[in-house]
Amino acid sequence: MSNTKWYQRSGNQGDVVISTRIRLARNLQRMPFPAAMTVEQKKAVADQLFEVLLEREGESFSHIRMNTLDELQALSLVERHLISPEFARRGEGEALVLSADESVSIMSCEEDHLRIQVMRSGLDLDGAFQEADCWDTYLDNRLHFAFDERLGYLTQCPSNLGTGMRASLMLHLPALQEKGIVQQLSATVSKLGLTIRGLYGEGSGSKGAIYQLSNQVTLGITEAEAIENLKGIAEQIIKEERHHRQELGETLAAQDRIFRSLGILKHARLLSGKEFMSLISQVRMGVSLQLIEGVTLDQLGALLVDAQAATLSLANGDSPDAAKRDALRAELVRECLKGV
Amino acid sequence: MLCDHCKKNTATTHVKQTVNGVTTEMNLCAQCAAQQGLYTSFGNFGLDLGDFWGSLFAEPSKRTRDDSVRCPDCGRSFREIAECGKAGCPSCYLTFYDRLLPSIQRIHGKTQHTGKTAGKAEEQVKIEHQLAELKKELERCVTAQEYEECARLRDRIRALEEGGDVQ
Repeated sequence: MSNTKWYQRSGNQGDVVISTRIRLARNLQRMPFPAAMTVEQKKAVADQLFEVLLEREGESFSHIRMNTLDELQALSLVERHLISPEFARRGEGEALVLSADESVSIMSCEEDHLRIQVMRSGLDLDGAFQEADCWDTYLDNRLHFAFDERLGYLTQCPSNLGTGMRASLMLHLPALQEKGIVQQLSATVSKLGLTIRGLYGEGSGSKGAIYQLSNQVTLGITEAEAIENLKGIAEQIIKEERHHRQELGETLAAQDRIFRSLGILKHARLLSGKEFMSLISQVRMGVSLQLIEGVTLDQLGALLVDAQAATLSLANGDSPDAAKRDALRAELVRECLKGV
Repeated sequence: MLCDHCKKNTATTHVKQTVNGVTTEMNLCAQCAAQQGLYTSFGNFGLDLGDFWGSLFAEPSKRTRDDSVRCPDCGRSFREIAECGKAGCPSCYLTFYDRLLPSIQRIHGKTQHTGKTAGKAEEQVKIEHQLAELKKELERCVTAQEYEECARLRDRIRALEEGGDVQ
């Protein structure tokens, strides 16, 4: 089971919520923030982190110095949502700690000394928070985080002061995107201290209709309040998305799009990343509407990660050129959909 | 059109203000608009993020240029923090607390933390250890019939249990 990654299983409300992430920004006392740190200081922080995690029994973590990775390995970590794109520049002294199932990761000297991150499939804000909270308490007892009673956890950027917590949900919203409702949503949630943005690519239409909903405000709100707030809004969005999916699913035009997408994915010999994302989004909606059988949301969730450029290249040895990669992607997709 | 305020950059923001029936209009560049505190929510900037955070720290007074006060830990001045939009180290927040507060208020709408407290777990463990010691001592005193000492110990235990949030 240890080889199973968190994203290979779909979770609660998995038809709409792909994954949940909790991220805590933490810093050590009396140490400059990363932008002002020397490489030696960064290495010292990573050393401390590695050391205290070794003391924790029964958990095995990979300890990764970012500058020992090649570009492809680092980009694949971004695609698996384990590190930020900035962190993929592999600066000297920066490090990453990763649990076996990749659900817990800690970036050392990204924007803050530590970024503790817990990922869960589906909607599981409470579960993800509890786990992140445990790690936070464990690390705080040993490393002693910078904290002020008025401003909370002290972070390099003032936008993370307070709880330092960013809770995010990765949502699949094909019906709301198609009906142009996502744009309205964006204005509404911002009034409630939340933000929603396209996860792949900028602009109005997110590739694959995948969006990230997260809390914006971190000061003057407790972790529990922020999570409740996010959960409440998410539940409404889920309800809306399902309602519009049902409505769409009954139209011949939408059914046609879903089955054409399936047809291309099942038979294509070359698939670009962009084409794959828009087609898989339609198929995913088809599966959730039970129009398509023979493939599960679990399988599609894993495919969504495995078919990304760097992860795909990495699984196939060295770095192939774009055309070869498109062929590999098409092959992977056909294999995944062979039961349909 | 040039900015009415700095007369250098291109104006990108049109501001119309009505105060006591008198309407004034201004055309400002992004930086000057930010300095005037016109960007108060997250919705409406055409700035890149670096400028944005920098402008959140903008303090439109001479004080900003005063570098005489520096963070004792990392040596940054308020101007340096405002320019890059990032604190140099945790102590910067304590050194420049009053001057950073308006910006923090603008970002979060609030200025008092209400969430988890760092070091609390450790504190709790310490208190529990102390309580265990005191209770052991109390038992010894009861057996030895040292009643004055017993009363003193009970008071300390009660104070710790109440103040330390321990049941």
